[in-house]
Amino acid sequence: MSFGREHDLHKRRKGKNLSLGLVLIGFVAIMFGLTVVKVTEGQFAEALAGVSRSE
Amino acid sequence: MSGVSLNKLYADEPEFGDYFALLKPRVMSLVVFTAIAGVLAAPGSVHPFIAFVSIVFIALGGGASGALNMWYDADIDSLMSRTKSRPVPTGKISANAAKEFGIVLSAISVVMLGLASNWLAASLLAFTIFFYVIIYTIWLKRSTPQNIVIGGAAGAFPPIIGWAVVTGNVGFESILMFALIFIWTPPHFWSLALFMKSDYDIAKVPMLTVTNGRRSTRNHIFVYSILLAFVALSIGFSSLSGPIYLVVALILNMQLVFAAFKLWSRSESDCMADNSLLERKFFKFSLLYLFLHFGAIIVEAKTNIVWMTV
Repeated sequence: MSFGREHDLHKRRKGKNLSLGLVLIGFVAIMFGLTVVKVTEGQFAEALAGVSRSE
Repeated sequence: MSGVSLNKLYADEPEFGDYFALLKPRVMSLVVFTAIAGVLAAPGSVHPFIAFVSIVFIALGGGASGALNMWYDADIDSLMSRTKSRPVPTGKISANAAKEFGIVLSAISVVMLGLASNWLAASLLAFTIFFYVIIYTIWLKRSTPQNIVIGGAAGAFPPIIGWAVVTGNVGFESILMFALIFIWTPPHFWSLALFMKSDYDIAKVPMLTVTNGRRSTRNHIFVYSILLAFVALSIGFSSLSGPIYLVVALILNMQLVFAAFKLWSRSESDCMADNSLLERKFFKFSLLYLFLHFGAIIVEAKTNIVWMTV
């Protein structure tokens, strides 16, 4: 076995890891975006003040 | 270890695309489209980003139930030509891994939908997943020829969920959209069963073609198509409708009833002679039928939004 030579297995795992990384980044982006929207719409402030959305 | 034995050992290691295939992407696209219709047709509005995120997690919830279906149906999927190249029958992903993936994705989808929109929408998504996996896949599919009639309700929930994302409740119009998909599902799948022939028989799935025969299946398709036309045209009297929907619905439902009549009056020898050409055409038409109806509902919803802002 020679060092530094990429096996097909490594290429396939790299592809899988890259895709999974993108999914995780997407999830973080969604959480961040939701937080920004909820804060700017005042929903967190309402929740803290104990005001329900229907009021 | 030599390179050759490493290849043999890891040749079937799943790739990202195999996990994606577990989600039944073609079914997910229907879920997305009909959920979008529910969101746009609902009175009121939500922030576009919240609508986008909600649709993503409704789709993922639908995909999760697909993964759980592939876990439970691994045995029959390996017997049917239509399903034998799925990731579990081919050994790419173990049935257990599909089950764990489905459960985790279900939980994430429901929780995230609740956080993004509201807990009624999340509850409806949770119920949809429960209905598809427990009621349809585990209970009905292998025990009754009415499996697709009752189990088809699972595929009809997305517009109700989309509506609930915006309004926080279930409206009459969202129930009409549910009814459209619910009544559409049986003739759609029965026409598939007519040209998949022995697939369901080999897998011992009690589809109508197996339990009651092909003539009875044709009778059922015809009756359900008339019912479907009635439901679709009834939507024309609701707030979902408008001139575009009415024209689309009239044309498509006349075509539907005519096509169903041709299917009903066809003999099995004619069917064999042209390799089920009419049955395949009816199946493809049913896909276009649903797409255009919901497309018309979306167009009417957008048109109403434009009128309101003028």
